[in-house]
Amino acid sequence: MERSRFLAGLDLPAHCILSEEAELRPYECDGLSAYRRLPWLVLIPETLEQVQAILAYCHRLKVPVVARGAGTGLSGGALPLEHGVLLSLARFTDILDIDTANRLARVQPGVRNLAISEAVAAQGLYYAPDPSSQIACSIGGNVAENAGGVHCLKYGLTVNNIAALKVVTMEGELLTIGSHAADSAGYDLLALLTGSEGMLGVIVEVTVRLLPVPEYAQVLLAAFDSAESAGNAVADIISSGILPAGLEMMDKLAIRAAEDFVHAGYPTDAAAILLCELDGTRAEVDAQLEKVHALLSHAGASEVRTARDQQERQRFWAGRKASFPAVGRLSPDYYCMDGTIPRKHLGRVLATISEWSAEYGLPVANVFHAGDGNLHPLILYDANQPGELERTEEFGGRILELCIEAGGTITGEHGVGMEKIDQMCTQFNRAELEQFHAVKRAFDPDGLLNPGKAIPTLARCAEFGHMHVHGGALPFPELERF
Amino acid sequence: MPEQDLTDAWCARIQEAAATHRPLYIHGGNSKAFYGRPVTGDALDTREHSGILDYEPSELVIRARSGTALSEIEQRLERHRQMLAFEPPHFSPHSTLGGAIASGLSGPRRPFAGAARDMVLGVGLINGKGEALHFGGQVMKNVAGYDLSRLMAGALGTLGLLTDVALKVLPRPETEYTLKQVCSQQEALLRCAEWTAKPLPLSAACWHDEHLYLRLSGTEAGVRYAQHQLGDSLLEQDSSWWQRLRDQQLDFFRRDEPLWRLSVPPATPPLAITGDWLIDWGGGQRWLYSKENAATIRQVTGSVGGQATLFRNAQGKEDVFQPLPGPLFSLQQRLKQAFDPEGILNPGRLYAGL
Ligand SMILES: Cc1cc2nc3c(=O)[nH]c(=O)nc-3n(C[C@H](O)[C@H](O)[C@H](O)COP(=O)(O)OP(=O)(O)OC[C@H]3O[C@@H](n4cnc5c(N)ncnc54)[C@H](O)[C@@H]3O)c2cc1C
Repeated sequence: MERSRFLAGLDLPAHCILSEEAELRPYECDGLSAYRRLPWLVLIPETLEQVQAILAYCHRLKVPVVARGAGTGLSGGALPLEHGVLLSLARFTDILDIDTANRLARVQPGVRNLAISEAVAAQGLYYAPDPSSQIACSIGGNVAENAGGVHCLKYGLTVNNIAALKVVTMEGELLTIGSHAADSAGYDLLALLTGSEGMLGVIVEVTVRLLPVPEYAQVLLAAFDSAESAGNAVADIISSGILPAGLEMMDKLAIRAAEDFVHAGYPTDAAAILLCELDGTRAEVDAQLEKVHALLSHAGASEVRTARDQQERQRFWAGRKASFPAVGRLSPDYYCMDGTIPRKHLGRVLATISEWSAEYGLPVANVFHAGDGNLHPLILYDANQPGELERTEEFGGRILELCIEAGGTITGEHGVGMEKIDQMCTQFNRAELEQFHAVKRAFDPDGLLNPGKAIPTLARCAEFGHMHVHGGALPFPELERF
Repeated sequence: MPEQDLTDAWCARIQEAAATHRPLYIHGGNSKAFYGRPVTGDALDTREHSGILDYEPSELVIRARSGTALSEIEQRLERHRQMLAFEPPHFSPHSTLGGAIASGLSGPRRPFAGAARDMVLGVGLINGKGEALHFGGQVMKNVAGYDLSRLMAGALGTLGLLTDVALKVLPRPETEYTLKQVCSQQEALLRCAEWTAKPLPLSAACWHDEHLYLRLSGTEAGVRYAQHQLGDSLLEQDSSWWQRLRDQQLDFFRRDEPLWRLSVPPATPPLAITGDWLIDWGGGQRWLYSKENAATIRQVTGSVGGQATLFRNAQGKEDVFQPLPGPLFSLQQRLKQAFDPEGILNPGRLYAGL
């Protein structure tokens, strides 16, 4: 399809259309800048009717569509297409309704994650999932990726904190999924849509659940001489019957980077630190603080500090939240991985990653959601060095396979996108991938929404060669090998 | 019953059923046989496929075969002072894990700790083609592929036969107190809206028989402090009260008349439907015995953004579940097709045509 012909039939005001190269350039990648592609066309509608009309028009002409929120995704999910529309939801930034009695907020998809908590702070409420990108990422993107954050151990992921969605199908039809009640009749499409990476529909409205801001929160910082003993302390805390509001780990490289960047007051000689946040009523938190302090010391912490005041607490967290950009200052480029493993394997997996880091000559900083077993190894590299990106990707791929082997998954919260599509062939077998495709066809039979992402075709898996081998049988016998 | 793995045998059975177009009626302990529309088909009893497969308290995850008795799972968790936080109802001692997830029902703790679907981390299932598949996993966070495991919660076995389920479990609170306050339904709903917006360690809130029952959970000090904040009230001595509520063993539930379950936004004021009410989930789940006709009950519930289920003792030919808008229903039909193209898994249990 010619772009000029497509534009001629498109009923959209000119200021909602970007087609010059200079205007398209900023949209060539999301937060994973190693993957770039100049979009064919960017459309930035302002009304729901325009979104419906664009999708219906694209459906009629069989032109594929990629939805984009704030473009902070780390798996290339919003990577544009050479011959397709990039549909930006950036102008949908209204908070439509705040229902304090039912603790709900109805918002447009382009609203920033943090803006929701800010809008309801005066009512003593907040929206719990808090990705480190929360000042920038959109709630629509959070739903599409099932985003998590520091507080997810206790309060759950996006899927556990939303009540309803409005979604436009590829045909342009508007559907309401979920409700403002606790549950809805029929299949749980709310769960299915959450984390579907823009493959099943375009989210045009989100109703999130709000929680009362805890009366009191306090954080403990514990320093350890090895990542392994820090990992064991995590298991000790969880088995003790305490559910921290956040339980995060940083290793030496990450500690130093964060300290240089925001002066959080971290002990820079430690091999690893744990940040453990407890929240609830004052009486509750005080009782738990004492218990966790003792557990951490018993687990071999060389130092355990309780934040002296709320300023120090904020500082401890500022270091954690700024650690990606902080690590970014150490090296021209970094590559952020996102595997999740059972907590009991933390020590072993971290040790293996560190061995491989030496093998590849690529430093790795670890800063992650330890309480959830969600790893974020950051591989430092320089894209200008020939071959270094390829070595980084190979190293990253091995880390993901290590996570699968440890009983975990290739992505805890960043999504598969373009980036991890090949590892999907390792995590799932042929019949499972086929089931995913069948679900996709139920929503989008022509495969026009975000094609080529999230779920690999069987042919792609055959080409990749790293297939899920089940019971010793080769999984794709009928497909020609490449 | 001896523990065994019947996955292969079940795959063969489903393939056979698909080939011969003979529907299956999947059931566990049959404790929820009353729930949903009737199914005609060859019975498949999941209880022959049982056993806890993985449980390590420090992981906060338990994985078991679908036919495992809920009571067995809960006893095992209890030994490590952990629990299924969604408090699945046991309508009989034979309730199974598979049935709890397939029905997706949750008990009194639901508004404070999450529903059955919130606890699902992964499932093994056999689809209508007889293929054994695994989705999700045993880790807290997993976004690889579509979330087909949570989709099974509440699908009543119409999308797949569950073979095993991994659930997130939570530590059992150190202490639990129940407060009991005399008040009207209207007043109870106001109090619930006010208190659930405050950071209090509430873990259940139910109004019944002119009393508001509140459960507080946490450390001894935390719970005492909250009790003080909630004002003077009687302490309910009988700690099994919540369990009897969960399992519908209170006298309120002992009737042969149609029992409605209304799911509404919790702060909704008392609904104008004549009948006997029991309010759970701080207002979000309302049980009703009423002589009003189904259409009226559904219309009133729908008008406040809720839905009504004819939970037990359906007497006429009414739909059990709230009818869905056309486009949403056709999408669900296509989804059913995607899992069960021959329509042999519990056909019609949820809706005619699913
Ligand atoms: C520094 C940094 C820290 C981060 N920390 C975290 C973290 O702690 N936890 C975490 O989970 N993630 C984190 N992320 C990743 C990222 O912020 C999240 O994935 C976020 O949810 C993406 O939102 P977005 O609006 O930027 O979406 P985009 O990047 O624009 O899009 C992401 C995906 O969602 C789809 N999409 C977007 N909007 C819609 C819509 N309205 N309808 C349908 N599909 C849509 C896109 O097609 C794409 O597939 C981090 C990223 C950065 C750069």
